Amino acid sequence: MLKYIFKRILMLIPVLIGVSIIVFLIMRVFSPDPAPIVLGQHATQTAVEVWRQANGLNDPIFLQYYHFITGALTGDLGTSFYTKMPVLKEIFSRFPATIELAVVAIMLASIFGILIGVVSAVKKNSIFDNAGMLLALVGVSMPIFWLGILLIIFFSGTLHWLPSSGRINPMLQPGSVTGFYLIDSLIAGNMDAFGDALRHLVLPASALAMYSMAIIARMTRSSMLETLQQDYIRTARAKGVSEGRVIRKHALRNGLIPIVTVIGLQLGSLLGGAVLTETVFSWPGIGSYTVACILKSDFPVVQGVVLLIAFVFVLVNLLVDVIYAFLDPRIKYSKKEG
Amino acid sequence: MLLEVKNLRTEFKLKRGTVRAVDDISFTIDKGEILAIVGESGSGKSVTSLSIMGLLQKPGRIAGGEISFKSQDLNKMSQKELQKIRGNQISMIFQEPMTSLNPVWRIKDQIMENIMTHMKISKKEALARTIEMLDTVGIPSPAERANDYPHQMSGGMRQRVMTAMALSCEPELLIADEPTTALDVTIQAQILELLYQMREKFHMAVLLITHDLGVVSEAADRVIVMYCGKIVEEADVKSLFSQPLHPYTVGLLQSIPQIDDESDQRLYMIKGMVPNPLNMPPGCYFSDRCDSCMERCTQEMPELQEINGHKVRCFLYDKAKEGELSAK
Repeated sequence: MLKYIFKRILMLIPVLIGVSIIVFLIMRVFSPDPAPIVLGQHATQTAVEVWRQANGLNDPIFLQYYHFITGALTGDLGTSFYTKMPVLKEIFSRFPATIELAVVAIMLASIFGILIGVVSAVKKNSIFDNAGMLLALVGVSMPIFWLGILLIIFFSGTLHWLPSSGRINPMLQPGSVTGFYLIDSLIAGNMDAFGDALRHLVLPASALAMYSMAIIARMTRSSMLETLQQDYIRTARAKGVSEGRVIRKHALRNGLIPIVTVIGLQLGSLLGGAVLTETVFSWPGIGSYTVACILKSDFPVVQGVVLLIAFVFVLVNLLVDVIYAFLDPRIKYSKKEG
Repeated sequence: MLLEVKNLRTEFKLKRGTVRAVDDISFTIDKGEILAIVGESGSGKSVTSLSIMGLLQKPGRIAGGEISFKSQDLNKMSQKELQKIRGNQISMIFQEPMTSLNPVWRIKDQIMENIMTHMKISKKEALARTIEMLDTVGIPSPAERANDYPHQMSGGMRQRVMTAMALSCEPELLIADEPTTALDVTIQAQILELLYQMREKFHMAVLLITHDLGVVSEAADRVIVMYCGKIVEEADVKSLFSQPLHPYTVGLLQSIPQIDDESDQRLYMIKGMVPNPLNMPPGCYFSDRCDSCMERCTQEMPELQEINGHKVRCFLYDKAKEGELSAK
């Protein structure tokens, strides 16, 4: 198993190099020249040239990439054109907010998705099934940003139940230990802050979770329907095991194996979906920050963020494969015959 | 009498019509007896066993009849009450040992689940009993193999595990639904031998469902032949093989290759195909495939009649009385 994990981590390298090349080229081909944006539209031609020279933008593109990738390998992703801060620092000050949002969203999506999927499969063609699958259809069809705006209008505009933007009331902000406000506020024993952070999370996490929940619900339903037809389910029933136990212990354990893959993939795409959600909910995470940086042609930041997200995505997939081996005893990565 | 099935009818409601998979069948099993139900695919033998277990899945349902086990009607019981009987007093082994065990559970956990569902004993005692059962069904080094997952075992081993599981609560009736079909011939013989030994050891009755007449002749005390959901013949194993009455049974027996047959004749084959269950022939269901078909056979369904303790559903024996049968 360790050997397998090591091999997979080695395979990360070509993936990340590929991603870095693509994002590097896209930024340089499709983004407007950053110089006038940084210096203001009235900057003189000389000032623009000097700035470009200083930031290496006049070098041949291969050389620019060479500088970028050698820097990246030593953990230096460059500095932001605007704040002049190291990109890594910029990213890590915002990344916990995004991870907190994505993790809460994937938890919501998994819990409700699996619940809806299982009930729909067990009560196939019932009113639960139809209602659940209708919800799932709406979930996959509805754009996140639109759902987000609707949630804001209804729950914070009309009902005034929940805040519409931000992570926490600034007066309650806990000291930063991990950067995750839920955890930090618990460490500080500040339950007010915890409650407030939670209230801020509800709407963006729900908006973000909706799509993944719908996908997970549909996958769970079809996986459970297939599993419930298996011979070993009949065997379990023939043993006199109660129907609830048959579903929980026998069917779900087997039916969940493919769902784990889906959840892993969804967690990856949630990081992407966070870009839209964070913008709608003014969530101070990596997503809204990236959008701002794309608009400002802040090349080093965008490159760094994309590289980081790709890294997390591949890592999550590796994690899924490792979890797989624990869920399904038939999978052995170490042996050659697999 | 341990089990008495009376006028059992089981139906499948499909969009294109209702299929009566089990059509008014009655039989009994005594304590310690091995009763075989023989028939080809679709004859209703598996549906009969699932009906007894209360394991029919939609759209199947029992449309009528009684299934009385030790004088309790299983058909009238709730699923909760049936759960107390399943795996405990009546248990079942299935055709597909490869897929009938849960792939993500260890062998011991699957057997222990059966034991602990029905017996109030500790985990430790259940494990000890599990290992003892694995030993009883002939699994070598049972304490180690108990930790295996199903995919680490061969088909024959898995069928032994299924048997150990089914017998773990010492049932009074074991339903074995084609227990040897998916196995190699040598393994088939071992599993049959095992069933035989277990019957002796636990004094249980066995309902053996099979399409293999070879299996029947080796293992059964009494045989029921089913065709299209109906019992066409019932007899003890000796008289069924020495003196088959129904043309279908005769055909089945003739279509077994004989190793000492030196004639150049082709193997006998029953002509035609099993009729579409949605479109049964009027009269006897076997009439359009029968070599002895008479006009009457295409118009009415013969009744099951008893001649010398040998039951048959055929007009050929309509006038046959005890004396005439031996003259035939």
